[in-house]
Order: sequence, then C-alpha cells, then structure tokens
Amino acid sequence: MDPLHQFQIHSLFQIVLGGYDVSFTNSAFFMVVAVAAIYALLVMGMANKSMVPGRLQSLAEMFYEFVANLVRDNAGHDARPYFPFVFSIFMFVLIGNMIGMIPYTFTFTSHIIVTFALAATVFVFVTLLALMKHGLHFFSFFMPHGAPIALAPILIPIEVISYVMRPVSLSIRLFANMMAGHTMLKVFAGFTVMMISGLGALGFVTGLIPLAINVALTGFEFLVAFLQAYVFSILTCLYIRDALELH
Amino acid sequence: MPNLLAKGRLARWSGVAGASLVTLTTMAGTVLAAAAEHAPNAAAGGEHASGGLPQLNPANFPTQIFWLALTFGVLYYLMSKKALPRVAEVLEARQERISRDLAKAAQLKEQAEAILAQVEKSLAGARSEAQTLISQASADIEANNHARQSTLNADIAERLKTAEASIAAAKDEALANIRTASTEIVRDITGRLAGVEVEPAQADAAVAAVLEERRG
Repeated sequence: MDPLHQFQIHSLFQIVLGGYDVSFTNSAFFMVVAVAAIYALLVMGMANKSMVPGRLQSLAEMFYEFVANLVRDNAGHDARPYFPFVFSIFMFVLIGNMIGMIPYTFTFTSHIIVTFALAATVFVFVTLLALMKHGLHFFSFFMPHGAPIALAPILIPIEVISYVMRPVSLSIRLFANMMAGHTMLKVFAGFTVMMISGLGALGFVTGLIPLAINVALTGFEFLVAFLQAYVFSILTCLYIRDALELH
Repeated sequence: MPNLLAKGRLARWSGVAGASLVTLTTMAGTVLAAAAEHAPNAAAGGEHASGGLPQLNPANFPTQIFWLALTFGVLYYLMSKKALPRVAEVLEARQERISRDLAKAAQLKEQAEAILAQVEKSLAGARSEAQTLISQASADIEANNHARQSTLNADIAERLKTAEASIAAAKDEALANIRTASTEIVRDITGRLAGVEVEPAQADAAVAAVLEERRG
C-alpha cells in the first residue's frame, strides 16, 4: 500500500563495472524498451517508404514533423543540425512517460537522477555549443545588453545563477510532475482498496468515488506525460537558440 | 526540410552530443563516488532503504546514469544515423514528387492554353475565309443571274419577234383565206340569189375592194 513502492528500483541482473554497481534494473529495462519502441516505430513505420503513408508511417512522420517544427520555431533555422538531438530527447521522455502509464511498468522519468542527467546533458551540450560557436564571447551572455555597467556586480551573479540553475529547474519540473502524478494515482487507488477492505459492502459503493477520480486523473496524466516531454524539448530548443544567438 | 541532416555537420554535432554524454557520465561518477560510499550495501535496490523516496537513494545513481547514458546514446545514434535520414528521405521524395507534379501540371496547362489559342486563331481564320468565300459565291451567283437574265430576255424578245412574225403571217394567210372564201361565198350567193354566174376574177376584185374599204 506504499504509494512510493512503484518508484523502487530492483536489480534484474547484477553488473559491477569499475567498482560501481551498474546492475541491469527494472528502470534500465524500460529505458531499453523505450529505445526499442522508438526505433521500431521509426524503422518499421518507414519500412515501405511509401509515397502515400500508412498508419504507422503517418505516425512516424507526424513525430518527425512535430519536432522539426518545434526546432524551427523555437531554435531557429540555424538549429537544424541539432534536430536529431532534440528529437531523441523528445521521444525518449515522451515514450518514457507513456510507458509509465501502462500498469505494472516503471516510469524512469520519475527519477530525479535520470531527469537530472538528461537535463545536464542538455546543459553541457548547449554550453559546449555556445563556447564552440562564440568562443570567449560566450561570457558576454551573462551581462545583458544595454544594462548600465554599474549594475554588473548584481546582474552578472544573477545571470550566472539562473544559467546554472537551468538543468535543475528542467530536471525537477519533469521529475516532480511524473512522481506526483503517479503517486496520486496510487493514493487514490489505495483509497478504493482501503474502503472495500474496511467498509465491506458499503466500501464497494463509496470506493467508486476515488475510482472515478482515478479515471479522470489517468486522462490528466496522459496529458501531463505529453506536455512534460513537450516542455522539456521546447526548453532545450530555447537553450539552443540562446547558445546560437547569445540574446 | 532539405538538408536537415547534412552529413558533415551532423557528424560534428554527434561528436558534441557524445562529448556531452561522456562528460556527464564522468561528472556524475565523480560526484557519486562519495555518495556510494555512504551506501555500503549498494545492491542496486532501494527496497530496504528505510523510508524516504527511492529516488533519493544514492545507491541507485550509478546504474541509472550508466543505463541512461547507454540507452540515450544508442537512441541518439540510431535516430541521427538511421531513422531520421530515412524519414527525411521519404518526406523530401514526396515534396519533390508533389512539386514535380505541380510543375508538370502547370506545363500541361500552358500547353493546353497554347493549343486553345492556336485553335481559336485557326477558327477565326476559317471563319474569315468562309466569309470571303460566301461573299465571292454570292457575287458569282449575282453575276451569273444577271447574265442568264439578259440572255433570257434576249431569247424572249427573239421568240416574241418570231411569234409576232408568225402571227402576222397567220393573219395574212387568214385574211387571204377569208378573201378566197368570201369570193366563193359571193359567187355562190349571187348565183343563188340573182342567178348570175359571176366570174371568179370579177368576184375576187369586188371582195378585194370591200376588204380594202373595210381595212381602210
């Protein structure tokens, strides 16, 4: 009945590498499943390369064009080379979230370390990109244009902190949404079970209330699952735009 | 989306993405080395972690990061090298096909319009030619009619003349006959009434004198 039980990690296959425990876990299993599902969708969907797409091909093309438009609209035309990166991020988070909606699965995006690692990857990627593109000029990013020099001692630390906090906000947003949603589903499901076991026949009636709430929450969670993947990718695009344009 | 996956740049940026992942793994490894020490029985499981969120159990961090880096790295590789170029290829082929078909349609339309203009031009030519033919034909008919009318008129005049001549002849003949008949009748009448046998020449002279008198 522990609503947090669903977040526990079980080792499926013990692996120790260089002193670190890197066992193949339920979380790792669903990451592999997500990658396999994404690859299968795109490869099987595009297997025929039809001029007039079928269902699966339409879906694959829809994802492609959705993310391509996302990158073009939010990161600009110069961001084309980073489209595969944003696409991978979007699909990984989206499919990870969606897999979590299937009962008895594991939601790897509800783990802060996973979302933080993803956000940090974006952060490192974007910072390296900006440094490669603008060299040391990149650091002018921390001093807004047109601001009086006298304000520099205040502005620069604020800008630096907000920049460094990007991966934190990016990762916590996704992690907190996924964890809260799944916990809530479990808590309401728990209410139903508790009412039935505690109130007997009456419990079957009153237990319908949290069950109904759970149905609504499930629909809402699907929205959140998509929305968070969208937000994560859109922010990645905006960071890429910052890196390319420096304001 | 032409050139979305330009090969050279893509290779460069997959390098950056790879570097990001490697940096991240190393970074996280260093940070977590200490954390792992605090969880001596790092049995990749938070089942026995007393209370708290399983997410905050540092014992899970290395495996999570390791498998994330591995799976995401593989995903990025598969997407950028295999899946996305394929989609782009299909979309580009479709776009190309559509624009080619549109261009062909425009070209055909232009051709059809040229043919239409030509048809209209030849139609107008034919029409004016027909007009000249018609006016020429009607002029011909007019002229022909005139000619025939005049020959007909001449003919009629000719016939009229011959007819009048023959009428005059017939009249003369009739008159001559009347004279002979009158002479006969005169001789007969005088013979019967007066019992005088008149000589034919004498009777003829008397009839001729009366006829002359009447005619005058």
